[in-house]
Amino acid sequence: MDEFTSLNAGLDALEIQKKTARNWRSKFSNFTYAIIAFVTLLVIWQVAIKISGVKSYILPSPKQVFSAMQTQWKSGILPHAIFRSFSRGVEGYALALLVATPLGLLLGLNKVLRMVIGPVLLGLQQLPSVAWVPAAIIWFGLSPATIFAVVLLGAVPSIANGLISGIDQIPPLYLKVASVLRANKWQRIRHFILPAAWPGYLAGLEQGWAFAWRSLMAAELIAVSPSLGLGVGQLLDVGRQLGDMSLVIGTIFVIMAIGIFVEKIFFSPLRKRTLRNRGLTQN
Amino acid sequence: MALENITRGFSVKDGLVLDRINLEVESGEFVAIVGASGCGKSTLLNVMCDLDRGYSGTFVKEQSASLMFQDSALLPWLTVLENVELPMSINGESKTSRREVAMDLLKKVNLEHSVHKRPHELSGGMRQRVAIARALAQKNKILLMDEPFGALDAITRDVLHDELSDIWLENKLTIVFVTHNVREAVRLGQRVLLMSSRPGTFIREWRVNLPEPRRIDSPEVALLAREITDELRKEIRRHG
Repeated sequence: MDEFTSLNAGLDALEIQKKTARNWRSKFSNFTYAIIAFVTLLVIWQVAIKISGVKSYILPSPKQVFSAMQTQWKSGILPHAIFRSFSRGVEGYALALLVATPLGLLLGLNKVLRMVIGPVLLGLQQLPSVAWVPAAIIWFGLSPATIFAVVLLGAVPSIANGLISGIDQIPPLYLKVASVLRANKWQRIRHFILPAAWPGYLAGLEQGWAFAWRSLMAAELIAVSPSLGLGVGQLLDVGRQLGDMSLVIGTIFVIMAIGIFVEKIFFSPLRKRTLRNRGLTQN
Repeated sequence: MALENITRGFSVKDGLVLDRINLEVESGEFVAIVGASGCGKSTLLNVMCDLDRGYSGTFVKEQSASLMFQDSALLPWLTVLENVELPMSINGESKTSRREVAMDLLKKVNLEHSVHKRPHELSGGMRQRVAIARALAQKNKILLMDEPFGALDAITRDVLHDELSDIWLENKLTIVFVTHNVREAVRLGQRVLLMSSRPGTFIREWRVNLPEPRRIDSPEVALLAREITDELRKEIRRHG
């Protein structure tokens, strides 16, 4: 065996590609580009206002927006609204996850069920979930249930369809391995189908979050009531009612920022790790 | 393991894939099967591995079998170690015992330094060694191999032949090895069976009475391989 050990060691060393250290410089420059782009946007915005002389109730300057948001932050309204919307979003999303995952799995594995429910799910995905707001208000009144219903209807189809397409794209070879290893039905799902479908599922999860967040904003914007408290969406409506354009634009930025935050902090690392682990990255 | 008059067809139009296959494999034997494309080798292995039960004829075996493919078919989301542990985890073995056995098996195929790597970080030869370890982890005494080294370069393949022979002797395995490569069949098998195409059936058999360790480039291997190749070509011409 000694002979093989040295022979294999030599072959393995020759055949394996050397790992290149991850380049911190490229990471750094990605960040710098984002900052440069953002600053450029602010400068263009400021200059455009100066040149055109547009009234600030039509389009306020970056500085005005910033100071309006600063006031909202200091008064505690903005942090509270962000917290309320974000926690609502996360709760609604978690609920959507609990509904969509078994649903997607069932539809991915059962062709008959898919033929029956699949088209409905596809239709729901095409429908902007904000279209459900009037119905939800009639059913649930101006309660948190209305908002959760709309978030759920926004996120569930994306997550379920992501899982279904993930299952559809599983290479048959993995399922053959499952048979060769004599996995029972449950082991097949746990050890083969779910992990193999993970990339598609993850794509669905990402899209599901984007839809959940959008639906939440739309619901908050339409369903305004003291009983629902003040979320970011409602803040947008407050801005409109007060004719405070700085607040409106500032809130739009906040909504975008939260979306970017979740993507960068949560989904992007998850996606990168998945691709890297499975050898699906370019380098 | 014995197959008697195994016949398998998938549609009337295409005719039979396997036609009255008779094969008896003794415990601890290494049988190599050679045949041109479309001779139904994979169908035969599927039958032997209980993946295909749509055949007619009788098939008895005392044990269940492991199957290896040309593609290592490792699961890319698991590390090397986890891939080898998987069969044991499916069989419900405890975490500590399966880890221990997996480490032992990986040592056996000289991969103890790569246990935490992912399959994509390995070379083709290393992946096939992991696949061997995974097949051994099923703890079946019968190992079915469907052109397992077909996609490897010649240098790596030679080393793997030596390694497989060692593993076969050490673990007293029964191996059925299907290949396109006549020399490989002679290098490894105690018996070499030649299979005809469409329908697949055995047309000739050779005993390889050469002692281990054999070398694929030895004159004895070459001589027998030549004889088998001539026979194989005759069979191929028949279809032209």
